[in-house]
Amino acid sequence: MEYIDIDRVKKRMDKRLFINKMVKGIFFASAMFGLVVLAILLYRVIADSIGWISMDFLTGLLSTSAERAGIRGAIIGTLWLMAIVGPVTMILGVGTAIYLEEYAKKGKIHSIIQTNIANLAGVPSIVFGILGLTIFVRLFGLGASVIAGGLTMSLLVLPIVVVAAQEAIRSVPSHLREASYGMGATKWQTIKNVILPASIAGILTGVILALSRAIGETAPLVVIGIPALLIPVPTNVTDNFTALPMQIYYWTLDAVLVAEYANLAAATIVVLLIVLFILNSAAILIRNKFSKRY
Amino acid sequence: MLKAGSVKEMIQQKKKATSSTSVIEKAVPVLLFTAAFISVLTTIGIVFTLIIETILFFRQVSIAEFFSGTVLRPLSRVEPQYSILPLIMGTMMTTIIAMLVAIPVGLTTAVYLSEYASTGARKVLKPMIEVLAGIPTIVYGFFAFTFVTPVLREVIPGLASTNALSPGLVMGIMIIPMVASLSEDAMSSVPNAMREGALAMGCTKFEVTFRVVIPAAISGIIASFVLGISRAIGETMIVTIASGSTKNFTFDVTQSMQTMTAYIVEVTSGDAAAGTTIYYSLYAVAMTLFVFTLTMNMLARYISRRFREVY
Repeated sequence: MEYIDIDRVKKRMDKRLFINKMVKGIFFASAMFGLVVLAILLYRVIADSIGWISMDFLTGLLSTSAERAGIRGAIIGTLWLMAIVGPVTMILGVGTAIYLEEYAKKGKIHSIIQTNIANLAGVPSIVFGILGLTIFVRLFGLGASVIAGGLTMSLLVLPIVVVAAQEAIRSVPSHLREASYGMGATKWQTIKNVILPASIAGILTGVILALSRAIGETAPLVVIGIPALLIPVPTNVTDNFTALPMQIYYWTLDAVLVAEYANLAAATIVVLLIVLFILNSAAILIRNKFSKRY
Repeated sequence: MLKAGSVKEMIQQKKKATSSTSVIEKAVPVLLFTAAFISVLTTIGIVFTLIIETILFFRQVSIAEFFSGTVLRPLSRVEPQYSILPLIMGTMMTTIIAMLVAIPVGLTTAVYLSEYASTGARKVLKPMIEVLAGIPTIVYGFFAFTFVTPVLREVIPGLASTNALSPGLVMGIMIIPMVASLSEDAMSSVPNAMREGALAMGCTKFEVTFRVVIPAAISGIIASFVLGISRAIGETMIVTIASGSTKNFTFDVTQSMQTMTAYIVEVTSGDAAAGTTIYYSLYAVAMTLFVFTLTMNMLARYISRRFREVY
């Protein structure tokens, strides 16, 4: 009497092996799916923008006539926004990270701040817009100005900088710290002269990533009432301004009325993506070049 | 030899320096705490503004009407009606569509990256997939509106020019990297000994993945789904551009539907005067949105902590 039915076993084995082979292909296809969509998206945007990006487009002022419209105001507005978000998030973010890593005792306050930052990172950007609208625009009376937009954006991207700076500070080996204390340095001297220089690459990477998030964000700007009209180019922080994503938003909406606006939107997207690409490359470069291994 | 006077001077100088150092040493933690406290203030600011204005809203509109009615007609002069259900419906439909894309594609991408891809392939593929997460949502909105919708209209004849389907699909694509990357982290942390044990028992790679690795990493995987849902609920620009502003209470995704986020955009860009019911409705909707996403985020953290298998 046979205990093993060879045919049945073989049939079952074949089936299992067949499934095994088939799913590998499916998994690979699925990993490729995202990339294919990315390629289509980039192709569409670039194809739509061909012929529309020129020096006149980059330096020209906004115009209702599609042929003459330029994005100088939006570019300068985005630069102004970065000029606020960069320093503000750097100071607040690094300060918070140093406090959490070096000063706060692992107790209630530490865990409240830490949990709070994790929660803030998950709050939808539009809710930050409402905060900015209520506090900065209305309560402080700043209007839809560079400073109101910049502060709103700073709060939005702050968690990114805090988390990056915390990781950078945590990765500084403790023997550097102890050597500094051993030489008689105080705590702040140790932080200022040893820990911050050793973690600057990670901190800068975080700030750059935060900036690249901030310049692509649209929802908070829409909510605080940033226009995309014919307004003068901002010259200081209390001026009204517009930014690249706002320009894309209005042109996309109005593409129903004027078909060429879709091309203008695509051209502005290309400019925005190039800026993002440069920023992210810089972040990778800094991380690879200046991060020391201990 | 040092003169007595100069030694005295040196001591005084040293004392001065020490006292200024000690002032700095005492001031720095306070300053740093202030910086850290700003993030707490942000949360307090968000919660308070939302609560205060929401209370003012509910003085004008009953809670029952807000959560049970099915008609949202804020601009009607004759009889404005405020119900959030059409917006929740819009949010729910776009989120479901998005997750129908993001969960299967994201999870299988994670499986491929974690279990099948060679180290070299993973090093190339992973950053490329993460590029998808770095593209601003306004760009996805443009893509949904000017490309995906027209393409879908060729296939589905009844599709409106703004609809819930197209932004839902595009939002799903946007969330793929989030699900993939978090799930992959969870799967990579499953120890190899478990895989090897299963392989030694005669399992195929597919069986190892689905019977051993995924069950072991399930808490991280589910948490990634929940975070993806939270992301989809809070997403604004894609749905604002491509889903339109019709406050439809319907399951028909081929029609225009407004989400909570898109309503907020519509009201704020319409220059609603402070003090009007429409203006307050903005905060009630934002409050609902905030509670939804916060709950999802906390749930995700709870799942990944509570059900994590520690090896």
